[in-house]
Amino acid sequence: MIRRSLTLFAGLFVLILVIGWAMGLPFTSSRLVEAAAYSLIALGLNIQWGYGGLFNFGIMGFLMLGGFAVTFISYPVNPQFWGSDGPWMLGRALIAFAAGALLVYGARQSDRVGIRGGWKTFVTVLAWFVAYCVYRSQIDPAAAYIEANAGFVGGLGGHPVLGWLFGGVLAAAVAFVVGKIALGLRTDYLAIATIGISEIIRALIKNMDWLTRGTLTVSPIPWPTNLPQAYQASGSSQFESLILARGGFLLLAIAVLAVALFLISRAYAGPWGRMMRAIRDNHIASASMGKNVTARQLEIFVFGSVLMGIGGAMLVSFTQIFDPSSYQPINHTFLIWVMIIVGGAGNNWGAVFGAVLIWLVWVVSEPLAKVIFDFVSYWSSNVGWGAIPEIESRSAQMRVFVLGLVITIALRWAPKGLIPEAVRREG
Amino acid sequence: MTEFIFFINQVVIAGAVLGCIYALGAVGITLVFGILRFAHFAHSELMTSGAFFAFLLASAFAAWGIVTPIPTGFVVLPIAMVASAIFALGVDKGFYAPLRKRGAKPVILLIASIGVTLMVQGLIRLFFGAGSYSFFETETKDVFRIDTSFLGSTRPLVITEPQLIMIVVTVITVLALHFFLTRSRLGKGMRAMADNADLAQVSGINTALVVRVTWVVAGALACMAGTMLALDVTLKPDLAFNIIIPIFAAAIVGGLGQAYGAIAGGLLIGFAESLAVFNWTMVLRPLNAVLPEWAQLPATLSLVPTEYKLTVAFVILVVVLLVRPTGIFKGASS
Repeated sequence: MIRRSLTLFAGLFVLILVIGWAMGLPFTSSRLVEAAAYSLIALGLNIQWGYGGLFNFGIMGFLMLGGFAVTFISYPVNPQFWGSDGPWMLGRALIAFAAGALLVYGARQSDRVGIRGGWKTFVTVLAWFVAYCVYRSQIDPAAAYIEANAGFVGGLGGHPVLGWLFGGVLAAAVAFVVGKIALGLRTDYLAIATIGISEIIRALIKNMDWLTRGTLTVSPIPWPTNLPQAYQASGSSQFESLILARGGFLLLAIAVLAVALFLISRAYAGPWGRMMRAIRDNHIASASMGKNVTARQLEIFVFGSVLMGIGGAMLVSFTQIFDPSSYQPINHTFLIWVMIIVGGAGNNWGAVFGAVLIWLVWVVSEPLAKVIFDFVSYWSSNVGWGAIPEIESRSAQMRVFVLGLVITIALRWAPKGLIPEAVRREG
Repeated sequence: MTEFIFFINQVVIAGAVLGCIYALGAVGITLVFGILRFAHFAHSELMTSGAFFAFLLASAFAAWGIVTPIPTGFVVLPIAMVASAIFALGVDKGFYAPLRKRGAKPVILLIASIGVTLMVQGLIRLFFGAGSYSFFETETKDVFRIDTSFLGSTRPLVITEPQLIMIVVTVITVLALHFFLTRSRLGKGMRAMADNADLAQVSGINTALVVRVTWVVAGALACMAGTMLALDVTLKPDLAFNIIIPIFAAAIVGGLGQAYGAIAGGLLIGFAESLAVFNWTMVLRPLNAVLPEWAQLPATLSLVPTEYKLTVAFVILVVVLLVRPTGIFKGASS
């Protein structure tokens, strides 16, 4: 098993060298930073699916939350907003929200004053409706005012690493609510419910222009390490400063990844990990052994989502732009599932291996498809069939196809992944 | 009366059209789930590829100079449905049957169906690019404006020709499906297998045949739904991928495995979406004359802003899953 992993990682290293040689160092270094962030996200899914058997198809939502968090924390302060009536109006909207929440809470407790059965349902629904109307009546004018006068709320001007942490916290908070609602559902239902929830998160972030600037995008988001411009100012050449800056970011990303990997590997090897495997394999038996299955599943859902939030924040702060419309289920949910399936669910090294491999396959399949199309086009025009039209846009679409091909091949011939879960027999 | 006609235009017709499309898609999903016990994500790609089959046939018809009284998309629909059914059978044979034979869990089949989604979507984008197409490039889309002035309305009732045919075709299809499921041997076999697969097998039902028929029905209905959607709006490679979640929501709300539930769920979600974004001020405007100055209605008074239209389906889905975890008609589980 160890030997197999080492061979595979050595092969991955050779692949990175080949890509570095073919595509150049600046390209490869950027892709490696992204691969580190995706490894973190894949570890998050590995906790949820590999350890806990939970079917989370809402990864995109948590990545967006992380991206929003780092934008909010690290983007410079917008004085136009803080100088206007905006904060005051938002405060009123917040009070309206709290009042609405209180109203719903009260309606849910209404059985204590003797309202029961159908009447209680009626009161609860009515409370939800009134709370929604009250909140809308405050937030709608506030949103319109902020958009008209200040553009958007802006950031807090904090350090990007704080933003990453906040991404984790925000994702955890949302995951707690989502888990409370959805974890009672079985596999397929859970998958569809989580997709639905992530689409709701996307719709909110995309349309709450006053908070996230929506489709107008926010950039440039500051880097946690020195930017290439800083190196250039101190006299390095353009190429050198690019490599130095990306190398610095890569080191930071790998450090975060290493800490996460160390912590969850320790946890997984211990009693906590044994309990999680037991719950995954037979939750009925585990429940009868006195394990609180619901609480443990919620715990694991929150843990996994924290890593997804941090990874999503890292991706956004690296690309320096927060663009809610660039998030797609294909690129941000299914891609990560492919990483886990190919790498090996239930094995942390498998998750990291799968993440790096699939990310490289995903980014390389476009230029590779272009080379192949150019080649075919050259021959077909020589034979007289004419050249392939629109090679650029067509090769860009090929990576979706390659992703689908990889997932079907993996399920058919390596269903447990390239580095499968090591089942230990303890005691 | 003008307000009432406006309501019919904006809610009843739009909701019925959307509901028909959702219902046809959801029936396929629910049948596949009932018989094969997995959530078939690639259904959206069956819809899109079906719409592209119909589009290619319609273009061929136009190139041959065949002119039809109704939109060509509907004329070529039966041929496109056959092509889609064969395509669905091929996908099953190539991707799902080997996994089933190995005894893979439903979850693995679900992930495989996502792989199929990506592959088909990649192929469609490879051949057709990322742009959008219209069925009505060579022919015109007839719009009927029914004068309702005899009812005292200043506005006409507006419905397009494809929308009208679409509703009629859906009603006929649903009736045909009903008779197939209740009267024919195969349809009864399908219902039996959806209820209890093991019992169906021991009582002599040819399960392999039932699986094939399921794919034929699902593929044909998906093609129908996809083509109708493309006729109503425009045809693009992510046509159905964007609405697969409302369709799943319809199937789940109705109860997975329940064909009638899927139809009810589709109509419910279609109407709910158009009701939620409806601007109530349009209907309640006469009240402004009675209401005092400070309580005048705002210019737009919709339950949900239009941008959030798609989230309505998810909210309904989540609420239904919480209240009745297996849908209104008590569906199956994997």
